[in-house]
Amino acid sequence: MITCGVEKLFKDEATEEKGERARMASFVGAMAIADLVKTTLGPKGMDKILQSTGRGHSVTVTNDGATILKSLHIDNPAAKVLIDISKVQDDEVGDGTTSVVVLAGELLREAEKLVGSKIHPMTIISGYRMAADCARRALLDRVKDNKDDAEKFRSDLMRIAMTTLSSKILSQDKEHFAKLAVDAVMRLKGSTNLESIQIIKKAGGSLKDSFLDEGFILDKKIGLGQPKRIENANILVANTAMDTDKVKIYGARVRVDSMAKVAQIEGAEKEKMREKVQKIIGHGINCFVNRQLIYNFPEELFADAGILAIEHADFDGIERLALVTGGEIASTFDNPESVKLGHCKLIEEIMIGEDKLIHFSGVEMGQACTIVLRGASFHVLDEAERSLHDALCVLSQTVNDSRVLLGGGWPEMVMAKAVDELARKTPGKKSHAIEAFSRALIAIPTTIADNAGLDSAELVAQLRAEHHKEHSNAGIDVIIGSVGDMSELGISEAFKVKQAVLLSATEAAEMILRVDEIITCAPRRREDRM
Amino acid sequence: MALAFDEYGRPFIILREQESKSRLRGLDAQKANIAAGVAVSRILRTSLGPKGMDKMLQSPDGDITITNDGATILEQMDVDNQIGKLMVELSRSQDYEIGDGTTGVVVLAGALLQQSEKLLERGIHPIRVAEGFEISSRIAVDHLEKIAHKFDFSATNIEPLVQTCMTTLSSKIVNRCKRSLAEIAVKSVMAVADLERKDVNLDLIKVEGKVGGKLEDTELIYGIVVDKDMSHPQMPKQIEDAKIAILTCPFEPPKPKTKHKVDIDTVEKFQTLRKQEQKYFDDMVQRCKDVGATLVICQWGFDDEANHLLMHRNLPAVRWVGGVELELIAIATGGRIVPRFQELTTEKLGKAGLVREKAFGTTKDRMLYIEHCANSKAVTVFIRGGNKMMIEETKRSIHDALCVARNLIRNNSIVYGGGAAEISCSIAVETAADKYPGVEQYAIRAFADALDSVPMALAENSGLQPIETLSAVKAQQIKESNHCCGIDCNDTGTNNMREQNVFETLIGKQQQILLATQVVKMILKIDDVISPADY
Repeated sequence: MITCGVEKLFKDEATEEKGERARMASFVGAMAIADLVKTTLGPKGMDKILQSTGRGHSVTVTNDGATILKSLHIDNPAAKVLIDISKVQDDEVGDGTTSVVVLAGELLREAEKLVGSKIHPMTIISGYRMAADCARRALLDRVKDNKDDAEKFRSDLMRIAMTTLSSKILSQDKEHFAKLAVDAVMRLKGSTNLESIQIIKKAGGSLKDSFLDEGFILDKKIGLGQPKRIENANILVANTAMDTDKVKIYGARVRVDSMAKVAQIEGAEKEKMREKVQKIIGHGINCFVNRQLIYNFPEELFADAGILAIEHADFDGIERLALVTGGEIASTFDNPESVKLGHCKLIEEIMIGEDKLIHFSGVEMGQACTIVLRGASFHVLDEAERSLHDALCVLSQTVNDSRVLLGGGWPEMVMAKAVDELARKTPGKKSHAIEAFSRALIAIPTTIADNAGLDSAELVAQLRAEHHKEHSNAGIDVIIGSVGDMSELGISEAFKVKQAVLLSATEAAEMILRVDEIITCAPRRREDRM
Repeated sequence: MALAFDEYGRPFIILREQESKSRLRGLDAQKANIAAGVAVSRILRTSLGPKGMDKMLQSPDGDITITNDGATILEQMDVDNQIGKLMVELSRSQDYEIGDGTTGVVVLAGALLQQSEKLLERGIHPIRVAEGFEISSRIAVDHLEKIAHKFDFSATNIEPLVQTCMTTLSSKIVNRCKRSLAEIAVKSVMAVADLERKDVNLDLIKVEGKVGGKLEDTELIYGIVVDKDMSHPQMPKQIEDAKIAILTCPFEPPKPKTKHKVDIDTVEKFQTLRKQEQKYFDDMVQRCKDVGATLVICQWGFDDEANHLLMHRNLPAVRWVGGVELELIAIATGGRIVPRFQELTTEKLGKAGLVREKAFGTTKDRMLYIEHCANSKAVTVFIRGGNKMMIEETKRSIHDALCVARNLIRNNSIVYGGGAAEISCSIAVETAADKYPGVEQYAIRAFADALDSVPMALAENSGLQPIETLSAVKAQQIKESNHCCGIDCNDTGTNNMREQNVFETLIGKQQQILLATQVVKMILKIDDVISPADY
């Protein structure tokens, strides 16, 4: 009946995919993405090399799911949904970016089979919802919370950090780095503002030489002729123009009619700067850190006064420094008595590798700290930074929500067991979907085992049997290649991460399942001026 | 092609370059138009109802939208066909007017078009068909009025409102927590509603979303949430009993708008100007301080020096707040927006019980909550969700729910959902048809058939046998003369919509029928389509 006129419904290049075809397209796209990152899962996961198409073809080596997916150019709409959840996972909890994509991919893979056997997507969705809810409750039943016991809590944190790091490039020195990360996060005292942990990367040395500095290190040089070492420093942290201090009011500008007058005004300008510097010096400081440039003239004045002046410390540097030293960021200098100055015991120039850095030690407030990463190449350092960032994120979230689970595929098995039981109790077609959910959950330990080159079928079967007993702690011990007790091996994961993985993977799978039509608009044409 | 000749046999040019234009006339034109309209409605048909599927739309820039909101789907589709665009307009006007039922209206229009095609094939004149449709739409609307129920709600008893909103939300992806979302929607509408005048200004409800967390974390905040943070990192993060100065003037050196020149040509001038500048900043801050403000919210930026002075004088400030948000803050806190520092007075300050900054996730995302405001007439629905598309879809769903709640406050009549109202109308139209002499009778019968297509689509989407289910329900409605029988989409075992608590608003339904009829009439009246040549 519908023949003529329909072809012209859309604009020229817009396409439309319907029903089964649309569903196939999204399944295939989503699974392709999941398979792509699958091999990076777990402690024996492999890395990926990403080469950018931009200038220089810079290369990134990573096994962080979010980083990999972020750099992909994808056209498949369903794949974009998966990339988005991985990004959100990264922003929200920092770790589990690979797991969430793999789980969503597995859920869709199972859903495809179900759709193939003529089960309606809506039935699958309601089954998945029940299963996800049940799985979450199963996890909640088995969480441990050691918040009250500081000693145990710290060891929990150590274990989580080690588990997170074990899948990354830092796995060789995971103990060392886990300690760094835990120390750094404990200093934050519950705040999740990771900005006060500064990570400085310096090529050279080995990863083992990385260290946490309790003070603060600023990657800047000390001005010429200024003291290289100050004890009991009073620091003024400022954000003010120390170059040409223009008169900004009423859009005024300089217009003169003779050379002499130029000289006069220049003199006045200099005078103004001198006055400003005098005011700053009047604060009784011996160190001045500015966010903006300091020109030669004021720098010279500072040098004359024996004050250490550091220019061009960027926004982050300033904010951290203010946090560490307890000073306020000043922009006007008329009331020296009420401006809070920062203090530290010692400022000195130190050498890391070949670079000179400024080190503030003995600071008043211990919130911020610096982690100096050393490593053989920039790629290693970048990846190390990402890994450490993951660990720090997870830890800072765990400090707030201290519920902890075991790792190594244990949570998945616990959830799968509970979901299986639910499937047996549920009448109707939904039970197929619930069963499929548990299969998708088991796919995660299977992948971990596969990536480690182990016999996954055998191991997962053993694991299932183990978990049939009440309160089993069994998980996959990748190192030995067998089923082991996770609580003895000290492999833990944060509850918040697992919960986020579970919920967002289910949400994403549900979204993709509900789609029965994909309409792609014609791509926007680039203007010719490019 | 139409050609006309003058007395010398030369052709007049009526359509310029008519060879290169394609032209359809008469029945062909109508059929082509109908086909296009039906094609659009077919796309939406599968999205109808609680078991309706979603559509994934990729914009020209590659962004993804997943939705089952009819208006959104049509708006984002690259429709080129003229009639297709009419359908898009149709759904949009339903969206503007009512806010809900955007899918249903298009499905109904499509069904009407399909029916009219059959009539045209029989040789009935399009205008007669259109007139018949017009008559029947009036019958249907009157009938709806008859079967509508008034229901009572008050500020304390919001349960009926929540139930109706839940019907709207159940067709969206958010139906997992439709209960809590419906409650949020109703509570927020009740908070801003003017029950005396029966009016609701939806502008007072701000819907803000942030990726992360889960859908269950979505909350209603009696106050304003602004996606901004304090201008200076060391300003206090929490202010109690805040007195807020709402400014639209920047803390920056003034630049008069008129053309001017201030030339510095002597040292004295330089120095006076410099002093003035310093004093100016000082004055600005001091003025805010003098009137007793404890928080400054500004539409524009701050100069570094002003920023520090604010910090120094212990006056927290927020910069770059958008105009709309500024207005909302002003309404919520009962303050006045002040365009000049000179005009700042104590009376113009807004008051809020608590202003706090809240951080999210591992990135630097911070938001400012302004709560316990003097005038709680502005509220914010703060949505959390797993990914960006989810947030967007939730925003749309909440918007629909808000509109429904608003419509109910305006007019508290409801009809039963799940196709019950359509079936009942169809029966009424069918019986009325016999009373009409003339060709219109056929059109009226066709209208009744078209009304059946909505419950049919519902049944189809829910995996039921469409014809079987529909006839069963129809028979039941006539036998029991019960208007509450509809399609049991959720498999609950009863098809009494009153028991299932599935309601829709009366005005929404009426509007659907009227709008759909209007558009179909318009399409039927076209008998000549002239389209320019393809380039």
